Amino acid sequence: MSRLASIARRTFIIGSAAIAGGVVFGVYMVRKTPANPLLDDKTSGEAVFNPWVRIDATGITLIAPHTDLGQGVRSVQAVLIAEELDLDWGQFNVEPGVPSAAYYNSALAAEQVPFMSTDTSTSAEALRGVMGAIFKLLGLQLTGGSSTVPDSFVKLRLAGAVARETLKVAAAKQSGVAIEQLRTEKGAVVLPDGKRLAYTELAAAASALEPVQKVTLRDPSQWRLIGKPMQRLDIVPKSTGALKFGIDLRFDGMLYATAKVNPRQGGKLISFDAKAAEGMRGVKKIVPVTNGIAVIADNTWRAFQAANAITFEWGPAPYPAEQADHWSAVAASFVPDRLDKEWRKDGDVEAALGGSAITAEYRAPYLAHAPLEPISAIAKVTPDRVDIWVSSQMPRFAQEKVAKIAGVAAEKVHLHNQYSGGSFGHRLEFENITLATEVAKQMPGVPIKLTFSREEDFAHDYPRQITMSRARGSVKDGKVDALALDIASVSSSASQMKRVGQSVPGPDGQIPAGAWNLPYALPHFRMRAYRVPELAPTSSWRSVGASSAGFFADGFLDELIHAAGADPMQERLRLANNAVARKVLEAVAEMSNWKGAKLGEGRGRGVAFVESFGVPCAEVIEVMQTPDGVRIDKVWVALDVGRVVDPVNFDNQVKGAVVWGLGHAMNCEITYADGKAQQTNYHAYQGMRLYQCPAIDVRGLENGEKVRGCGEPPVPPAAPALANAIFAATGVRLREMPFTKNIRFV
Amino acid sequence: MRLNVNGKAHEVDVEPEMPLLWVLRDELDTTGPKYGCGIAQCGACTVHVNGLAVRSCSLPVGQVQGDVTTIEGLGSGGALHAVQKAWIEHQVAQCGYCQSGQIMSAASFLTLNPAPTDAEIDAAMSGNLCRCGTYPRIREAVKAAVKMLKGA
Repeated sequence: MSRLASIARRTFIIGSAAIAGGVVFGVYMVRKTPANPLLDDKTSGEAVFNPWVRIDATGITLIAPHTDLGQGVRSVQAVLIAEELDLDWGQFNVEPGVPSAAYYNSALAAEQVPFMSTDTSTSAEALRGVMGAIFKLLGLQLTGGSSTVPDSFVKLRLAGAVARETLKVAAAKQSGVAIEQLRTEKGAVVLPDGKRLAYTELAAAASALEPVQKVTLRDPSQWRLIGKPMQRLDIVPKSTGALKFGIDLRFDGMLYATAKVNPRQGGKLISFDAKAAEGMRGVKKIVPVTNGIAVIADNTWRAFQAANAITFEWGPAPYPAEQADHWSAVAASFVPDRLDKEWRKDGDVEAALGGSAITAEYRAPYLAHAPLEPISAIAKVTPDRVDIWVSSQMPRFAQEKVAKIAGVAAEKVHLHNQYSGGSFGHRLEFENITLATEVAKQMPGVPIKLTFSREEDFAHDYPRQITMSRARGSVKDGKVDALALDIASVSSSASQMKRVGQSVPGPDGQIPAGAWNLPYALPHFRMRAYRVPELAPTSSWRSVGASSAGFFADGFLDELIHAAGADPMQERLRLANNAVARKVLEAVAEMSNWKGAKLGEGRGRGVAFVESFGVPCAEVIEVMQTPDGVRIDKVWVALDVGRVVDPVNFDNQVKGAVVWGLGHAMNCEITYADGKAQQTNYHAYQGMRLYQCPAIDVRGLENGEKVRGCGEPPVPPAAPALANAIFAATGVRLREMPFTKNIRFV
Repeated sequence: MRLNVNGKAHEVDVEPEMPLLWVLRDELDTTGPKYGCGIAQCGACTVHVNGLAVRSCSLPVGQVQGDVTTIEGLGSGGALHAVQKAWIEHQVAQCGYCQSGQIMSAASFLTLNPAPTDAEIDAAMSGNLCRCGTYPRIREAVKAAVKMLKGA
């Protein structure tokens, strides 16, 4: 078992005990600060203040350990440090840093507790603390769960402040001026007479000092950068073609590879015939890899051609071969012994429903991540050192996997984290990394760039969970009275964590995400989650459980509201039982000038509200029935993230998340036949294209107490808002994604 | 085989059926054009041949007749093309992987149609897939580029 996995198992046991019995554990281990990786290669005269800031005579380097997957987090992390360190844009370099326990995620853990995000009771906060301690012990460096800003918001400002105050001490010593008389500005300490001591000039002196740990963070009224529009650091190189993604890198002597692995995920390779490939131009070597074969060539296209010339006999899939059997397995899971947890029980639904309930069944299919940059990795294996260039959301787990394959210690694996051409959760997985290592091991000393063809990328994606909901509800006196929502789903969390050698203790909080936590004072509300045994392997897909459960919950609630004859906006507002959520609904009503759902002449509006990752988000969508199909005309979206760090990037992320939610709800599914995903390229998996994209208005609210992320929360409300709008416009109620199964879009 | 890329002549020794994309990327280390799908569905590989947008992943290099321009050679005289300027001004990119292709498609389109309607912009830009969903900004940036080019 890997080092991380064994620590994980131990701590999860301790964690579970702590959860059950409230015991205090491992105080020493939890308080212990992980080693600062920047000290490993510190040069003399270089000041290393903490794991995020290093300065020498030649320049200032900030470390942004959250992986930039397109969400702009290199810039966002840099701005938090630069704010307190008094740096201007352009005065520093930003690097992703090396994988390290020092970069453990301190925010994601807080979401892994079965309490409402608004619950700040002692027991909720205590459990958040326990989970945070576990993540720290694990050194779990993870980008995901919309947690980059929550994790970084205080930590990185403190990192900047520590560096600033230490530089001031160095300046005081050097100048003889009292520290209280010094200020900092644009990368320099400024003396009372206006003389400027650049940080780079002070670095050598600062390197001899213990970093000042007692610092005060600035009041938001003093912020120069946070909350102001800024130009992302990667905008220019991404507009000139200059930015190198992982797939673009090239090294001396590098060869190009691709692999064909059993498209029945996890199935074995029985036999193959590579005779036709062996003599093809440019082919250097054909090598075995886990459940498949790889071709090493002098050009990626030649590797693709040779791989296509190999014939294979593949073993069966370790899951049902046909899609219908996947659905049957989900449908068969609404039974007591599959109950994962009853997440919500307000009032008495059974008594309230009696025999006259409104019922409905909802479905959400498997979905591929399909980032536009196909997964790839460059590996170079030598007996005592492995280098790997790739974009990874969990670089430490990647490092361990590579170490195991290469037969070296984890610290001998140098992972160089790259900008990636999208992820949406796919880069929480490792198959590109492990395969590249397997291939490179068979040609030691040679850098090998392994690129998945788009077809291999689709075949080996780990899709979003497949899931269904069965709902019953009732209305009384023009109001929604009772809602009984059952959701059965495979556990994408369990499937994903299994691949890093970990089990997920207790119920999976993603199955009910976005459904159990409706901030509504319904007289009777019950939400139960059922766990479907694993079918095809699945993984986290942008917004995870809420991408499906949010659709089920809000879509069915909308059915009940219409059955009650109530206005969809007014009824949600009437039911809203927390102030932050209510303000989000009020904002979207105001933005859209809401006057009702049915606008006549084929036009209709829907509203939806889902809270995920602690962020309440409401969307209003207006559609029009045209002779060519339904056209989405406009989307208004309001969400509360506590604090908007960069309004431009925020706007772009939120709009992108809406497009993501809509495009997949409308157009996409992964289905299995003969054990293989039937969708092999974008012709069969379009997402949204520009002509279908509506105008989108975004408003970020800052009423919430905690600072939250924005990359995922706008996804879940998109599908139900669209379904609800289509109902208002056409009378057709959509309960199954993708919606194209039942309705045509322009 | 001779290939003119961004104003420079190259001698390449490749099979004529190799798609232009892979000659650019793996033989000439010109990585602005991206591999996304290999079947002309996503547009990430878009380059210009004689000023017109083509999907280089599906164009055999043996069929290329004329000058190839990639995003690296789009601007002239050290200056960025108006479309690139608009892309920067509107901060279009998220992951950015599709944006080379988006920009090359837009630049070619505006050469052919310098005063497009909204519907024409939508139609012209719908061949380029963006998985991050930057479409609202792509629309704004194309319109800004139209204005810039008019003023030029």
